[in-house]
Amino acid sequence: MDIQTLTFIVVGLTFALYIGIAIWARAGSTNDFYVAGGGVPPVANGMATAADWMSAASFISMAGLISFMGYDGSVYLMGWTGGYVLLALCLAPYLRKFGKFTVPDFIGDRYYSQTARTVAVFCAIVVSFTYIAGQMRGVGVVFSRFLEVDITAGVLIGMAMVYFYTLLGGMKGITYTQVAQYCILAFAYTVPAVFITFQMTGHILPQTGFGATLADGSGAYLLERLDGLSRELGFAAYTEGSRATLDVFAITLALMVGTAGLPHVIIRFFTVPKVSDARRSGGWALVFIAVVYTTAPAIASITKVNVLDTINGPDQQGVMYENAPTWISNWEQTGLIQISEEARAGEEPMFFSNDDRANTNVDADIIVLASPEIANLPNWVVALVAAGGVAAALSTSAGLLLVISSSVSHDLLKRTFKPDITDKQELLAARIAAGFAVLIGAYFGINPPGFVAQVVAFAFGLAASSFFPAIIMGIFHKRMNSTGAIAGMVTGIVFTLAYIIYFKFMNPTAGPDEWFMQISPEGIGTVGMLLNFIVANIVLKFTKESPAEIQELVESIRYPKGSGAATGH
Amino acid sequence: MAFESADHAKAYWKENLSLMVKLLFVWALVSFGFGIFLVDVLNQVQFFGFKLGFWFAQQGAIYTFIVLIFIYIRQMNKLDKKYQVDEE
Repeated sequence: MDIQTLTFIVVGLTFALYIGIAIWARAGSTNDFYVAGGGVPPVANGMATAADWMSAASFISMAGLISFMGYDGSVYLMGWTGGYVLLALCLAPYLRKFGKFTVPDFIGDRYYSQTARTVAVFCAIVVSFTYIAGQMRGVGVVFSRFLEVDITAGVLIGMAMVYFYTLLGGMKGITYTQVAQYCILAFAYTVPAVFITFQMTGHILPQTGFGATLADGSGAYLLERLDGLSRELGFAAYTEGSRATLDVFAITLALMVGTAGLPHVIIRFFTVPKVSDARRSGGWALVFIAVVYTTAPAIASITKVNVLDTINGPDQQGVMYENAPTWISNWEQTGLIQISEEARAGEEPMFFSNDDRANTNVDADIIVLASPEIANLPNWVVALVAAGGVAAALSTSAGLLLVISSSVSHDLLKRTFKPDITDKQELLAARIAAGFAVLIGAYFGINPPGFVAQVVAFAFGLAASSFFPAIIMGIFHKRMNSTGAIAGMVTGIVFTLAYIIYFKFMNPTAGPDEWFMQISPEGIGTVGMLLNFIVANIVLKFTKESPAEIQELVESIRYPKGSGAATGH
Repeated sequence: MAFESADHAKAYWKENLSLMVKLLFVWALVSFGFGIFLVDVLNQVQFFGFKLGFWFAQQGAIYTFIVLIFIYIRQMNKLDKKYQVDEE
């Protein structure tokens, strides 16, 4: 069977599965819709959190980024896993004990202030929309390459799927669909990795394989050969970075605290029955994420060697275009591989390097999607990777849709403008809001703003500089008052946004020398977070500390006993 | 109040914080320490086919994070029982 038919069958089967789960898990109340009735077992919640967290970017792009950045790519590995330590130790158990539906709920109640709630709603919505546009783009890329439908149709199919099961099942439907999606995406990610590791090194585990010797009998270590190749071709040595140490630190920390501050991740911890379950699901989430995240650097280095050997030939002299394997022309059609006119005409061999010998360019995004083809794996593996990419994009989009719809129906409508609406009306509002969010998301997926890649920095920067400090102080600093918290959040956001906008849009050619202490816009959330903490504490010095009943409330979230189901009141 | 006395409440919170700080110290040590600031020093050491600093940045830190969370879960469950603030 050819790749296209197989992909249709595999992706079609997974869609049927998601729809089946959604029908089985219909939501009847706002409690079901927002927090799955609070009855999700911790291991299942860990798996759902992992699927929620691992987006199309993690699945499709991360290994490619590491492949091209080498050691510098470690920021994603440590940053996107280290945040779970913060979540499990410092946030999740306390927020679960607090027992509300949304992050703005916590901020608004803990800081006894509508202003604080509104600032939080604004951040939650901006962060979530930023993310969702990227997810839809991922669905589009997978559909257009593997099913050969155009990107618009791909986005519309993806959006219709997500809307259908979010609408029907709410958080409950999403949770159990995400469990299935995790299994599919983890399987699709690790199977090709095992194959390519075995081909290259004779090891079965990717995690040990990329530190092993090559199977070609040379006795050289894989990473040594990659370092050597990189230098020869004018790239930085793979295992050594080229970014400033302080910048690597700032980016890693910003990604960690950004992860811990992302609303769609935090709300997952509201769905478990008990406080101790919130801690446990944090641990399980990281286990499931680590399956993919420890495999990624192996795919990155092994496929890099494969790509260099295929395009440049084993002797690094270049390969003639007419002798190139078919995956090169397949991906050339998508624009993700670019080859010069001379090389295509057969006047000179293809060559991929970082100096003036280069006439071929490879986009980082193909490292994962093309790795089965590069390694000559059977067609069903290629189909599986396509289904995995779609699963990653759908699971994350669904989580984000829920945050947007609950921000509108719960935080804005129920808690701010129209407190007297009934549970049924609120549920209807949530479903309508999800509908609008899907349409806006689809629009951005089809007409992506030219800056999708850059706006990811916004999402993490915003979460790191606004939510994270506000929540941490809400739990660990019981005297912190509303004035201080709001001043901190506003300072953090304004500083971070201004820095990112200036260096990404107004002065994008600026380099480390113009940056503040050589910190790139990706890492500036770390500074924004520190400013937030400092400003909040200075303001607290000059204003009255939080009232006695709030301090009692904070005391009461610090131990597990007496946690009830999450409520909206 | 769920605790027997205000002293108990204070002692529970103090033990919780001290556990948290110790674990976060290790968290920072393996990632920011071994993986970033000390990476060049550790890279002098060969660990199987990896340079040690590189291994911590791309593998070791993640494994350590998992262990840290499970230690926290175990210790906190014990602590909750000791002060009788666990959930039945």
